[in-house]
Amino acid sequence: MMASSYNAKEEDGHPSGASNHGGAGATKSRKPDNTAFKQQRLPAWQPILTAGTVLPAFFVIGLIFIPIGIGLYVTSNNIKEFEIDYTGVEISSPCYSCAKNFSSNNTTPCLCFVEFTLEQPFESNVFMYYGLSNFYQNHRRYVKSRDDRQLNGDLSALTEPSKECEPYRKSNGLPIAPCGAIANSLFNDTLELYHIDANGSRNIIPLVKKGIAWWTDKHVKFRNPGGNSNLSAVFHDTTKPENWRKPVYELDTSDPDNNGFINEDFIVWMRTAALPTFRKLYRIIQKKSSTTPTLPSGRYILNITYNYPVLSFDGRKRMILSTISWMGGKNPFLGIAYITVGSICFFLGVVLLIIHHKYDTRNNSSADIPN
Amino acid sequence: NGRLTLNCVGEEDWVDSRTIYIGHKQPPPGTEAFIQQRFPDNRIVSSKYTFWNFIPKNMFEQFRRVANFYFLIIFLVQLIIDTPTSPITSGLPLFFVITVTAIKQGYEDWLRHKADNAVNQCPVHVVQHGKVVRKQSRKIRVGDIVCVKENESFPCDLILLSSSRDEGTCYVTTASLDGESSHKTYFAVQDTKAYNTEKEVDSIHATIECEQPQPDLYKFVGRINIYMDNEPVARPLGSENLLLRGATLKNTEYIYAVAIYTGMETKMALNYQSKSQKRSAVEKSMNAYLVVYLCILISKALINTVLKYVWQADPNRDEPWYNQRTETERQRHVLIRAFTDFLAFMVLFNYIIPVSMYVTVEMQKFLGSYFIMWDDEMLDEELGERAVVNTSDLNEELGQVEYVFTDKTGTLTENNMEFIECCVDGHVMRGAAGMDMIDTSPGPEARVSIACSEHEELFFRALCLCHTVQVKEEETVDGIKHGIHQGKSTSFYISSSPDEVALVEGMKRLGFTYLRLKDSHMEILNREDEIERFELLEVLTFDSVRRRMSVIVRATGELFLFCKGADSSIFPRIISGKVDQVRAREGLRTLCVAYRPLSPEQYEEVCHLLSGAKLALQDRDKRLAEAYELIEKDLILLGATAVEDRLQEKAADTIESLHKAGMKVWVLTGDKMETAAATCYASKLFRRNTQILELTTKRTEEQSLHDVLFDLSRTVLSLSADYADYGLIIDGATLSAVLRPGQEDSNSGSYKEIFLEICRNCSAVLCCRMAPLQKAQIVKLIKASKEHPITLAVGDGANDVSMILEAHVGIGIMGKEGRQAARNSDYAIPKFKHLKKMLLVHGHYYYIRISELVQYFFYKNVCFIFPQFLYQFFCGFSQQPLYDTAYLTLYNISFTSLPILLYSLIEQHINMDILKKDPSLYKDIAKNSLLRWPIFIYWTILGVYDAIVMFFGAYFLFDNTTFTSNGQMFGNWTFGTLVFTVLVFTVTFKLALDTHYWTWINHFVIWGSLIFFVVFSLLWGGIIWPFLNYQRMYYVFMQMLSSGPAWLSIILLITAGLLPDVVKKVIWRALWPTTTEPSVGTLPPSPPPSLCCLRPPAESVSNPALLEVTLCLSRHL
Repeated sequence: MMASSYNAKEEDGHPSGASNHGGAGATKSRKPDNTAFKQQRLPAWQPILTAGTVLPAFFVIGLIFIPIGIGLYVTSNNIKEFEIDYTGVEISSPCYSCAKNFSSNNTTPCLCFVEFTLEQPFESNVFMYYGLSNFYQNHRRYVKSRDDRQLNGDLSALTEPSKECEPYRKSNGLPIAPCGAIANSLFNDTLELYHIDANGSRNIIPLVKKGIAWWTDKHVKFRNPGGNSNLSAVFHDTTKPENWRKPVYELDTSDPDNNGFINEDFIVWMRTAALPTFRKLYRIIQKKSSTTPTLPSGRYILNITYNYPVLSFDGRKRMILSTISWMGGKNPFLGIAYITVGSICFFLGVVLLIIHHKYDTRNNSSADIPN
Repeated sequence: NGRLTLNCVGEEDWVDSRTIYIGHKQPPPGTEAFIQQRFPDNRIVSSKYTFWNFIPKNMFEQFRRVANFYFLIIFLVQLIIDTPTSPITSGLPLFFVITVTAIKQGYEDWLRHKADNAVNQCPVHVVQHGKVVRKQSRKIRVGDIVCVKENESFPCDLILLSSSRDEGTCYVTTASLDGESSHKTYFAVQDTKAYNTEKEVDSIHATIECEQPQPDLYKFVGRINIYMDNEPVARPLGSENLLLRGATLKNTEYIYAVAIYTGMETKMALNYQSKSQKRSAVEKSMNAYLVVYLCILISKALINTVLKYVWQADPNRDEPWYNQRTETERQRHVLIRAFTDFLAFMVLFNYIIPVSMYVTVEMQKFLGSYFIMWDDEMLDEELGERAVVNTSDLNEELGQVEYVFTDKTGTLTENNMEFIECCVDGHVMRGAAGMDMIDTSPGPEARVSIACSEHEELFFRALCLCHTVQVKEEETVDGIKHGIHQGKSTSFYISSSPDEVALVEGMKRLGFTYLRLKDSHMEILNREDEIERFELLEVLTFDSVRRRMSVIVRATGELFLFCKGADSSIFPRIISGKVDQVRAREGLRTLCVAYRPLSPEQYEEVCHLLSGAKLALQDRDKRLAEAYELIEKDLILLGATAVEDRLQEKAADTIESLHKAGMKVWVLTGDKMETAAATCYASKLFRRNTQILELTTKRTEEQSLHDVLFDLSRTVLSLSADYADYGLIIDGATLSAVLRPGQEDSNSGSYKEIFLEICRNCSAVLCCRMAPLQKAQIVKLIKASKEHPITLAVGDGANDVSMILEAHVGIGIMGKEGRQAARNSDYAIPKFKHLKKMLLVHGHYYYIRISELVQYFFYKNVCFIFPQFLYQFFCGFSQQPLYDTAYLTLYNISFTSLPILLYSLIEQHINMDILKKDPSLYKDIAKNSLLRWPIFIYWTILGVYDAIVMFFGAYFLFDNTTFTSNGQMFGNWTFGTLVFTVLVFTVTFKLALDTHYWTWINHFVIWGSLIFFVVFSLLWGGIIWPFLNYQRMYYVFMQMLSSGPAWLSIILLITAGLLPDVVKKVIWRALWPTTTEPSVGTLPPSPPPSLCCLRPPAESVSNPALLEVTLCLSRHL
């Protein structure tokens, strides 16, 4: 890749490097400090970047990057993704009334149904996401408004949450568990998916709610205080976040391993997104058999329990169904970027080749002049 | 006369002179009452701190530096207001820097304390009540009588009272004070020299009046009043009576002396003053860059603050239901909120001005200077001396020198004088070593003249008598008996001036041997092996203003004044003698010898004049000079001597290299024009084809200065196209005329400009007949000229100190004329030839290294901070940091600090042998070329580009999708970690691309710091850290690495980030090869073809080894 000359500098004054190291005794007595390092004469590799040496590197990069890019692009294109906005901004949309008539103290949940059609079957495991737009989970005041000690099961932090949680730290004198703005704004829409088969009957599609959070988060970072049993007693001296309808120990009463702080929906929400438009994993639809697609093409109904207000800050809510490849979800960017950089390298290689030729001829002409 | 003068300055009594009671005995009643003064004890305090004030004083001094203060302010802001990053991120680096500096300074101070204690507690012998008592050195008080034994050093400044020698002299070496190892003679006062036992010395009843201490080592005036039978006798005291602290007694068994200056008032202590700080050009550009970055920082913070409030105008954005403020925050006034927001943005972006840069630059300079000291090529085997670095702040300035001002004697030449010939009445006699007197010029007649010529006899006597040489018997010097086996009694001469030794030795070869000075009689062994004795009456010592010295001797009733000096100082005082016949020979140093017979009456007058001047307390030097002026007149010329001063080894080669490197070399000498010009030709400063322009008194006598200047400038300007090579000779008198501020006509102000214009067009300038201060004036003149060139002054003697201190870089030669130049210099080298390696190799390297260091530091911090700036647009301008606190803190401290430090220590863009072989490569970096604004802007743009690539690369990767194979999502910390990983790799690889010298250390440090980053990240995210309030980084790095697309995008973004720089380097090297094309790799088999200063164009480089041409500039962008 680079023109190099390995210059083991055995300088004139010192006949060989070996004598400098091996025969140190003799030289030491006279000049105790004469080492190659101190004389700045350590043996060194001295690469030079010239057109001639960089040229092959550019072609190689181009030749590697372009296939990778094409591979990534094709993979990304093979991924099936379906996205539906159910915010209910327009009057025609099914959730319009739920969105319009939203009030936080509404005890009866507002339900709405969105019908959609999948043109193509989703073959492998399908991942169900909810997406929010214009929601600043990465706002500084929001990001820091949590208490990791409390979430890790620390009993003292449970009763005395960190100051960072303000103003969601205490309510009516009782500490909030889990405290902070992030927990308080937990996404609480419930989504259910029904397939409508040929004869018009609705079949509920089983949604797996485990495996959506990082393994380490669920098992190490988040822990219930005093173990997973008898949660209501542990949380007795605390109160639920103001926006929640039920306390934290009732998040999933059906499964003690998914209740309290280690509820996976909760953990997913607590990992704050990097950008204001984001999606979070909601459920996984497991592939049942190798013969039938996980989601065959056809009509579906999304059953939404509409709890989460987004219109006030001009936000949007989406439901996304996506298959996953080894490179994740649908994202043509990486493939295109690889192809672009590869092509640029290839192009630059050609340019450099031309320069190198010109430069070479100039050099040769000067070399022709005899000494 | 001259009693105490009391000056009232404000409310303090400032006493001009001090009175010392020897042995603390009160003066007899009846004498005027002296005011008792209080003097400090003899405690030396060189330490800066005490145990108690160390922390506050050291902190205060450290925070006086602007950079430290800035970081302290940032830290305090972080402590006070709610800022995005924890105070640790800036507090820890600051704490680290402050602690390291404090530890270093504390350690140095501890060493000083130890040294002080050792000195203060060392035992000394003090005479008390007629007995010698041992005391600790610090307990000596002014007025104590101290007994000093041979080879002991003096504990304070003392006035010699008596010594073990009968004549009251003692020998002293001042090697530790000014480096002069020669033995100097000091004299006791005549009236006290007999008191040389402890009993007797205790009975002396006398007071000393002397000036208050002043730092000049060689000046002292005082007076001793001795009360014998209540009859005060006043005797003058001069520097020949003053034994300085730090000097060592030699060849004298013991002495008694009285302490006059003690402790911090000794001359040695007063000379400890630190020199004024010199700042390098690189430092100045660095500060300019800092200002630019500070502006960028402030404008970034301002833009973000304004945008934040624009964006927040909608209350649903300001406070959406999910993200409410606290009540107290809401009540805060909007202006206060805006101001705290502004400060918070400042804190968020403050890393763009890195603390660590200052540390790294300091470390680079400090550690880098060791390579100069270690350099074996600058080791002088003969002296056993290496180069010495007195200040490491100027390493890179060595690569920027445009003007070299060099002294002649001792610098260009050996200062190893050899007597060549003498000329008496037109007869020339040679006295080359090993030959006896051979009379050359007039043949047989000369032999007659030896016998008869009275002048000749006098001439030889004069040279034997008119000097200050001491005779040293061999065995007494250091106990080793050389010379004994040769069968003759060998003695040798010691003097502070090598000319004198050469002359006395030359006389010895011509048959007149100076034997010794005994009982004020000088003994000479003449040609007939008879001993002649002359009584030495007065010595009118040499000084550089008079440029002559005289002695008054009495020989068998007759009185003579013998005078020896430079021809210009002798000729005006001559009344008879063949002036024309004394002519300077090329390259020889000539001295004229003259005499004046004195009648007893004249001698009386002389004595009167001298004693009057010597007793004066005020203006003694001035009055002495006036007295000398009156005495040294009506001289009769005897003849002249010629002494050769050989050129130093490789002096010519060095000057030639400096010329080729584009430097202008000026020789500034006190010598006369002919001698100096001869040396200049010999050292190739002037070449055969050099057209010499003269601007000397001789010419200005014929024409007015005005006309001469205009003539010369016309010559230079009109013909400069044809003859590139001009040499200018100017002498001191003309120079002062040129520099004199104009009064009479308006044109004179522009003389300076014209003179500078002429000088600019001359490749070499010789200034002769220069006084020390004029040398400094010249340097100052050039320094202040409109291009503000970087100047370097090199010299070896005390007369060069002023120019060494004045020039940007001062280099001292460890020469024979003492160590004063070396002590005051920034760098000291053993020989002039070492200047070549110093400038061409070390200077070049250090400049390249530090400029890369500075540019790279700013670059890597732009890369670091600009993504944070971009992120603000996507997080509602909420000051959310992109990176974790640990990354923010450690980025500059550990992830990216060592590779650049190492680079800046050992990078060699070109082999050092090539740098030495081809001095013109030095021009490549002239005028601070690597730190100019376009290059700085290039680096900044590159940094911004890399930041944009990194940030938006990660942005599009994260854009509303997942890139894991299990469908799980990543959060904002993963986003930051991805950017940060790409960042660390990109900036490290960028440095790797710039490295041209890959030793195993480079490999170790570059790959090592990348591995350290990865290991640290794994560890940092691998554990729930119990002491942390947050666990935001838990498993983030590992999760990121478990994703394939993350790896792919890291590789892609690094490649994309480095691509433009590589392309730019390659294209620039290929398309725009600049003036110099360094060949890298192998050495050229033959020296570069061109000898002239202008490099041939690239096409005509015919040396095959030079074909592997590279572009130096582009690699350092």
